[in-house]
Amino acid sequence: MSPTQTSTTAQQTTSPARDAPLPRPDATLPEDTDLVVRVRGLRKTYPLGGGRQRVAVHGLDLDVGRGEVLALLGPNGAGKSTVTEVLEGYRHRDVGDVAVLGTDPWRAPLTWRARVGIVLQDTSEPLDLTVAELLRHWATLYPRARPPAEVAELVGLGDRLPIRIAALSGGQRRRLDVALAVIGRPELLFLDEPTTGFDPEARRQFWGVLEDLRDAGTTILLTTHYLDEAARLADRVAVVADGRLLACAPPAELGGPLRDVAVVRWRAPDGSEQHERTVSPSAVLRRLLAEHPPAEAGPGRGEVPGLLVERASLEDVYLALVGHATADAAVTERARAAGVVA
Amino acid sequence: MSTLTIAASRTRVETLQFLRQRDSLVFSLLFPVILMVIFGSVFDEDIAPGISFSQYFVAGVAAAGVLLTSFQTMAIDIAIERDNGTLKRLRGTPMPPVAFFLGKIGQVLLTTALQLVILLTVATLLFGVTLPATAELWGRFTWIVVLGAAAGTVLGIAFSSVPPNARSASAIVTPPMIVLQFVSGVYFVISELPSWMVDVASFFPLKWMAQGMRSVFLADTGWLQVEPSGSWQTTETALVLLVWLVAGLLLARLTFRWLPRRHG
Repeated sequence: MSPTQTSTTAQQTTSPARDAPLPRPDATLPEDTDLVVRVRGLRKTYPLGGGRQRVAVHGLDLDVGRGEVLALLGPNGAGKSTVTEVLEGYRHRDVGDVAVLGTDPWRAPLTWRARVGIVLQDTSEPLDLTVAELLRHWATLYPRARPPAEVAELVGLGDRLPIRIAALSGGQRRRLDVALAVIGRPELLFLDEPTTGFDPEARRQFWGVLEDLRDAGTTILLTTHYLDEAARLADRVAVVADGRLLACAPPAELGGPLRDVAVVRWRAPDGSEQHERTVSPSAVLRRLLAEHPPAEAGPGRGEVPGLLVERASLEDVYLALVGHATADAAVTERARAAGVVA
Repeated sequence: MSTLTIAASRTRVETLQFLRQRDSLVFSLLFPVILMVIFGSVFDEDIAPGISFSQYFVAGVAAAGVLLTSFQTMAIDIAIERDNGTLKRLRGTPMPPVAFFLGKIGQVLLTTALQLVILLTVATLLFGVTLPATAELWGRFTWIVVLGAAAGTVLGIAFSSVPPNARSASAIVTPPMIVLQFVSGVYFVISELPSWMVDVASFFPLKWMAQGMRSVFLADTGWLQVEPSGSWQTTETALVLLVWLVAGLLLARLTFRWLPRRHG
């Protein structure tokens, strides 16, 4: 179904789904889980000047268990990268308890860095070195590094070792980023929007590399704004927008009641396109069928013209979740501008 | 791996990158050699009895070259590496920060040595420059190079925080260097510069490094009578360079950031 509604019945049809109660989002894990990441009440604001500030993360609770792949999914500016950078030790937080591998990342020693692998949003490899030269150098930085040839093989660059990095494709350079991040055998791997700008083929190859790492037991925290990526790789998907957690569940369960929403489409006698969003599509169908009895004569002979019943896809769920959040944020923003709320 | 092993590995990759980039190779490593060839070919008369322009010029251009491979290279490279996330990525590894700086220092020493060897070879073979004859002069040459390169390196690391982004790095770093070369008696014979200009230049290391180099390449030529101060001022040169070295260390320590400024 399309997120833009052109139908004349739009007003009557939005309410059932929008009003469906969402489960309270919870990204924590049971107390006895072996946790690699534990976040409680994380809050981070950025100064905007003039004494005002933008809240990037509003009191987030989040756990990542050992061996788990957690995807932070959300639109640009949702706060995903801020969360990741706090966990990586690049940013300080305003408030909250953060433990990564049992250590506060902001005060972590170099030995902690040896246990963590980071793939940043931007690639910035030295273009004038060969793949082998860079991997050999990177191996000297870690106490128990994988052999460069082995790690090149792992990311599918086994035949690129003597090549200058400048000659690699974008997808190959991204896989080299992963090679650098995992050469020290990290227990936890961060990936910040790793496949932005990839063509579908390169994305599929990249996913294969991550699946191998996941299957080998590496804990992975992935941020992405691609839903298919989160669905394919993650054990749990945490949807964030406007600095808040909106939902957290295995990909197949994401959205809860939102998944029950269906859209029924048909054409009215005057030829206009109609649609109705509902949690009880059968009832809508019964009504439509009653309006088009089989005995009735005419060109359709009892058919409902253009009849279509669609179930909410994962993407619809995601857009509905994020749509809620951005609409709420816009209302708050307008209220703030009007001086209604502080 | 030990800090020194990592530092050696950093020196290796930093030097390889430097030598493989056309920008740094031409505008930093080979620039003094190019200037030597141009100026040596254009000005072939003697500037004083028995002293060729080339014999004068090689001293100044060697001093300028040391600042190009140290100050200019560090300021531009680190500004770019900070902006494009290279430093951020390194910060995410267990590399001890001191190994990073030792790696940069290793790169500066290697490339400066290579530059001076090429420069002096070209100057002697093509322009009849005579090299210092005594161990004492070579010893002075060496400390001027090492002290100048050390001061240039830490000042370059500090200055790398000035350019707001990678694109503006060379545009912001290079012009002051060229002006400094003009007022410090590299391109013009220093005795012909107005005294206020020499006074201004005396605040900066290059004037002193060039003077020190003249004391090496123009020893026993009678040039000393023309030298504005009438003395080689070797002690003053060492002191000025030491002050800049300490100031540079403090500034670099205060200003160095692994992350770009836009990182809130």
